[in-house]
Amino acid sequence: MAIEHSAVQLTKADFVSDQMVKWCPGCGDHAILASVLNVFPQIGYKKENFCIVSGIGCSSRFPYYVNTYGFHGIHGRAAAIASGVKIANPKLSVWINSGDGDATAIGGNHFIHIIRRNMDVNYILFNNEIYGLTKGQYSPTTKQGKITKTSPFGVIDYPFNPGELIIGARGTFFARAVDNNPKTLQEVCMDMAAHDGAAIVEVLQNCVIFNDKTHKEITDRETKDDNQIWLHHGKPMLFGKNNEKGLRLNGTKLEVVELGKDGITEQDILVHDRTTENTGIHMMLAQMRPPHFPMAFGVIRAVSQPTYNQMFEKQMAEEKENGRIKCVDDLLNSGDTWEM
Amino acid sequence: MTTKKLIEKDDVVVKFVGDSGDGMQLIGTLFSDASALDGNDIATFPDYPAEIRAPHNTIAGVSGFQVNVGKKIYSSGDQCDVLVCMNPASLKSNLKWSKKGGIIICDTDTFTEEAIEKAGYSSNPFTDGSLSSYQVIQAPITSMSVEAVKGILDDKKSAERTKNIFALGMIFYIFNKGLDHTFAYLDKKFLKKNPQVAEGNKAVLTAGYNYCENTDVLEAQVHIAHAEMPKGRYRNITGNIATAWGLLAAAEKANLNLFLGSYPITPATEILIEISKYKSLGAKVFQAEDEIAGICSAIGASFAGSFACTSTSGPGLSLKSEAIGLAVMTELPLVIVDVQRGGPSTGLPTKTEQSDLYQALFGRNGEAPCIVLAASTSANCFDWAFEAGRLALEHMTPVILLTDGYLGNGSQLMRIPKMAEMPKITPPLATPNDTTYQPYKRNTETLAREWAIPGMEGLRHRIGGLEKQDGIGNVSTDNANHQIMTNYRQEKVERVANRIPSQEVHGPDDAELLVIGWGGTEGALRLACEELQAEGKKIAYSHFNYIMPLPLNTSDIMSKYKKIVVCELNMGQFVNYLRMNYPQVNFQQYNKVQGLPFEIGELKDKFNQILGGK
Ligand SMILES: Cc1ncc(C[n+]2csc(CCOP(=O)(O)OP(=O)(O)O)c2C)c(N)n1
Ligand code: SF4
Ligand SMILES: [Mg+2]
Repeated sequence: MAIEHSAVQLTKADFVSDQMVKWCPGCGDHAILASVLNVFPQIGYKKENFCIVSGIGCSSRFPYYVNTYGFHGIHGRAAAIASGVKIANPKLSVWINSGDGDATAIGGNHFIHIIRRNMDVNYILFNNEIYGLTKGQYSPTTKQGKITKTSPFGVIDYPFNPGELIIGARGTFFARAVDNNPKTLQEVCMDMAAHDGAAIVEVLQNCVIFNDKTHKEITDRETKDDNQIWLHHGKPMLFGKNNEKGLRLNGTKLEVVELGKDGITEQDILVHDRTTENTGIHMMLAQMRPPHFPMAFGVIRAVSQPTYNQMFEKQMAEEKENGRIKCVDDLLNSGDTWEM
Repeated sequence: MTTKKLIEKDDVVVKFVGDSGDGMQLIGTLFSDASALDGNDIATFPDYPAEIRAPHNTIAGVSGFQVNVGKKIYSSGDQCDVLVCMNPASLKSNLKWSKKGGIIICDTDTFTEEAIEKAGYSSNPFTDGSLSSYQVIQAPITSMSVEAVKGILDDKKSAERTKNIFALGMIFYIFNKGLDHTFAYLDKKFLKKNPQVAEGNKAVLTAGYNYCENTDVLEAQVHIAHAEMPKGRYRNITGNIATAWGLLAAAEKANLNLFLGSYPITPATEILIEISKYKSLGAKVFQAEDEIAGICSAIGASFAGSFACTSTSGPGLSLKSEAIGLAVMTELPLVIVDVQRGGPSTGLPTKTEQSDLYQALFGRNGEAPCIVLAASTSANCFDWAFEAGRLALEHMTPVILLTDGYLGNGSQLMRIPKMAEMPKITPPLATPNDTTYQPYKRNTETLAREWAIPGMEGLRHRIGGLEKQDGIGNVSTDNANHQIMTNYRQEKVERVANRIPSQEVHGPDDAELLVIGWGGTEGALRLACEELQAEGKKIAYSHFNYIMPLPLNTSDIMSKYKKIVVCELNMGQFVNYLRMNYPQVNFQQYNKVQGLPFEIGELKDKFNQILGGK
């Protein structure tokens, strides 16, 4: 099911649409769009072979701003629509855009099932921890205690951590990125395109209007070195301004340690293996949050497993080869029939 | 041996009832198939309990199979000429379906005091006189079966299990049918795996036949008139299978892959099961996580160029409403099959009803017109599924096809069509690299937009549920544009009327009463009207399959008759739809919401009453 590549090198200009981008100035969505527009030509597929599907929300306006085939669906259903697109035509590179509400509230069911099936799609989850389009109600990812329009006394719901949800649903690929770091977001998108199966990236996205600075603790220039750890496959899990800190396994738990302190050397630091099927460490990495841990970024999990579409096409090919019924006339005349 | 006289009959209704597990569906099917092969027309209807393993020997556990056999059969019939009862509970619950004077066969071995009581009888029906107006054959079927397989099947359970085949043998004798078809079936099914079982069942079948021949339990045999049907090759088919095949046929004629996104629900599941078998035909089936994902995946597949369908029943149709609106807005071809069942809510899942019509016509937010069609016989589910596909694909719009549990589970003979003779389906595909392509540019005749499929060069575009600007298809909130697009969507569906046949009326122009029906009630309405016509009554009838839009001549028809009665298995949804469209016409209505099809008798009574009440 190889997707056909473009004969010529495409550029960003090939993917910019003629539509006016209507997100608020300063919205994190702009940066995500810029990254995708840069990444699509690098991926190299023919421009007609990209198909972007979204639900409803600010973030779901995305398809209008990219000059590919695009489908702006209904709230929560992007994953289901995209599944149909991919099954109907596995030779398309299918991308999904969905907000935290779209993906984990109204569309939660489709979200876990597209992951469970390992449908071969690339899924960008815009997590601004708020319902943007409907002007600021709390979502399933909003932090506890947060005052929003519908939680005047503070949110009492326990929030979802999308990474936990994805890994818990047998996800084969989970990455995390931030809107204002285009280089790493683009790297992650390239990895998603290369991954066969459901590749999901949670992008911490800032909604300047209704949830400004919700990710501040993690993304702020002053604190980000201590509060972000960027994971690279085969590399030790180091972070801090001068990579002076790292993660190690202490018993069954992760622990932050400082190199040089108490005799700790790089040998003690965990090396990231994103390909291991075992979800244990990946789950722990996805769960990490300040104040006790940095938040994990980059590709946390990328496990190779047959995709729904590969298995589907295989059965299809076998049946076309061996199936008894080759056309509808065969079907109509199968079993007991007689002349009258 | 006693020689019996042979009576000729145009048609007979036979119903097999017993405990679920007694094999009633099997012998019903075997009798139907043998009759069809012998040259009769047939229609069947299975009637099983909603529970998978209902308690033994109770009314809730009764499983039935009814077949109407004869010269020209429109439905599975209502009153039975022969009722085969394998236990007291099945007699208790089905006696009301037996014709006065009809034959009732009972397996007396099962009529123990305990079982009679468990069935809810306060006295023994054989002795209390309650069966005096029937011809009751009390036969120790179980013990005679065990006797017949002695030396072949000696364990008690296997021996007793053959009792249904004994009853089948009796029926074959009564209707003067050969045993060859059933022998062949038994050999095919058991000879290799378990020759003992094949032999045992064959012996029991013969024993049942001989029992009727050699004793004087019966006075006469019945010869059922052979069918008068157009020449051709025939098969027996249920409505759900016919629906599945009609969709597959439409995909083949459109040269597209069929995509079905669906979630199991009684009584529509059979369609999903059936299409799942045909990957060899390029049918792509996605068993979704719910009905919403079922239809949304189908919409995605339609966007990506498949002939996309979704199948469900009433509760599932409710879940799909929002997405049907999306298909209306994006103007993508899509067939939504609703096999109706008793509602509202979970309602009567295994019983039939026509109460989803309003939902199909109106059950969406916004102005969201769809084509609505209704199949009217088990066999024509094939044609209407095909037609739904043709209209969806050629007019770029969702089509809702209504069938129902009665059609879906019932079976009928179908004349096997030849695919070469079916019309070709030509969706308005866009031409790659057409520089004039616009997503919402329309065909001037049909108003259908062009279908540009992801992967096609030079046609990249974005569509979705937001209102779009006429022609170029950008998001638009312009007021005047919304009116224009709303008008287009409405008129596109209305213009379908230009490309469908006229509505037919059967009966004299000067009829005093016009009977109108739609969907799955055709068999009963037709039979009731034809019987009255044969009695010289001035009655005509017209059955609707095109619901939205209605055929163009509908208005003319309505203005022709003094009295019109609209009959349907709901509280009056079609009649109110007609009232809305033809406010000048005075419609009477006849409705029933009991989870049951119409009976001929009740219809004739109603029509006679209207005719009499001048
Ligand atoms: C069926 C339905 N219910 C509710 C809405 C209203 N609605 C639109 S977007 C939205 C939430 C958007 O939040 P999110 O998915 O996080 O996207 P964001 O706007 O934050 O990018 C809601 C509740 C709708 N459009 N459809
Ligand atoms: S409301 Fe928030 S999420 Fe929506 S466009 Fe504005 S800043 Fe972005
Ligand atoms: Mg949001």
